[in-house]
Amino acid sequence: MSTIGYDSWAVDLAEVGAVYPFQGSEGIMVVLGVIFWIGWHRIQFVREGKHLEEAKNMGDKEKINSLLEKY
Amino acid sequence: MDGNLNALTTVFTEFYYWVTVVFMFLIHVGFCMYEVGASRHRNHMHTLMKNIMIIPLVTVTFFFFGWWIYWAFPSFPFFGGLNHDAGAANLPWSQNMGTNLSDRITGVFWAAFLLFSWTAASIVSGAVIERIRSSALWVHAVLIGSVFWIIDAAWGWHAEGWMVKYLGYHDAYASGVIHAIAGGYALGVIMVLGPRIGKFAADGTPRDIPPHNPWMLTIGIFLIYSGFWGFYAACNIPVISPEGIGGLLTGETWTATNIYLAPTSLSAITFNFLMSLSGGLMAAYVVSKGDAFWTFSGGLAGIITASAGNDLYHPIQAMLVGAVGVVIVYKLHYWVERKFKIDDAVGAVAVHGYAGVVGLIIAGFLLWGAPSSPYEGYATVNPVGQAIGAVIMFFVLGFLPAFVISKMQAAAGVLRIPEEVELQGLDYAEHHAYEDAKAEIIAADKAALNGGGVPAE
Repeated sequence: MSTIGYDSWAVDLAEVGAVYPFQGSEGIMVVLGVIFWIGWHRIQFVREGKHLEEAKNMGDKEKINSLLEKY
Repeated sequence: MDGNLNALTTVFTEFYYWVTVVFMFLIHVGFCMYEVGASRHRNHMHTLMKNIMIIPLVTVTFFFFGWWIYWAFPSFPFFGGLNHDAGAANLPWSQNMGTNLSDRITGVFWAAFLLFSWTAASIVSGAVIERIRSSALWVHAVLIGSVFWIIDAAWGWHAEGWMVKYLGYHDAYASGVIHAIAGGYALGVIMVLGPRIGKFAADGTPRDIPPHNPWMLTIGIFLIYSGFWGFYAACNIPVISPEGIGGLLTGETWTATNIYLAPTSLSAITFNFLMSLSGGLMAAYVVSKGDAFWTFSGGLAGIITASAGNDLYHPIQAMLVGAVGVVIVYKLHYWVERKFKIDDAVGAVAVHGYAGVVGLIIAGFLLWGAPSSPYEGYATVNPVGQAIGAVIMFFVLGFLPAFVISKMQAAAGVLRIPEEVELQGLDYAEHHAYEDAKAEIIAADKAALNGGGVPAE
């Protein structure tokens, strides 16, 4: 048993196509990949929103002034 | 070179490796920029020189004996003796190791491996900044660059290596053979070296020591990414016939192969390089809560985690492997830092060492049963072989020799710089002539400006 469908390279490469593991599960892999991608956006939106809410009240007037001067 | 096809293949292969070597130089440029960016201003020149001198020291020693080790050690010492025939052609006095019109490949192949050696040494260099003696680091650089990593390459990154034959060890783009060993080696050194002054508060709480120049550090890591492309290409044989491989492959179809001469393609590794980089960046951004430097390093750790199997993975597998690896690596870095008071200044142990180990183990499961070699009688890839391989890389050939040699250096008082020098800065201590000259010319210029006169020429 081999996850890539070949347990030996005793083959004619002219007759070999895909050699990645779990061929036939491409649909599931795409679903997992898309979940990872969309999940990333979701986490990012939530975190950034929370961070910006907190940041609104964090500033010290004096420090902000010096930052503005600093450009 | 008999016949046009043979000549074209040879010249193409020669040029191919040459291009990879030039690309890989960017890895070293990137490491230098990263280290200097991460160090504090008072240590810049020392940090830079410490890394730059790795280049000549590893180069000459790799010419003298490192390259011979690769060809002589695949079965040595437990599964046969030294391979004297293969080794002899790669000794420094062999005619193959010079201008030789009947051998156009040895020079560029040697150089490709040499650039891997610089990388292994440079990884260690980053972890120890601002407190190691250059002389001590340069001994470590020669040992990791021209001895220990190339022993592991002979064992686990050679078509006839015993780890490949008997363990089914598979590590196509060097998760273990470069990164795990270098990370393990760095850990061995910094455990003896100790943390930088001020890294830990009196109660043991770690303090962040921010980089003095984040932009230099950013460009540095982007250059490392760029050089990593060249490294990936350099790990392949670009084109070879089944007859040239001489194994089990049948038919007439030529192919690119990995270092074990098993078929893959540049297209496959391009997919997987980019997807594992992306998985690493995305996971690192989330797990580090947007920390820029962990995000950048996470991209690198993502590639390193997926590298063991990136000749065969599907791109989505590469992405997910990279992402999973980064989360483990990040958590492990801070756990080790808190628990053992380890000061890994640039996260080298984590990004290279832990990522390499995790990558090897994951590959054992995802590629379970895949052939490790095109030759008959080799074990297939399996989780146990990969796990044993990870221990050999990280611990046996990495951590252990580094720890022992560092202990010897510490006992001899030649490992760490004096505390006074660490506080005043290495640049003042070792490059005081530069600092004095600078101070003198600034004073002279100021005097001329204020006095209105023209300074003496």
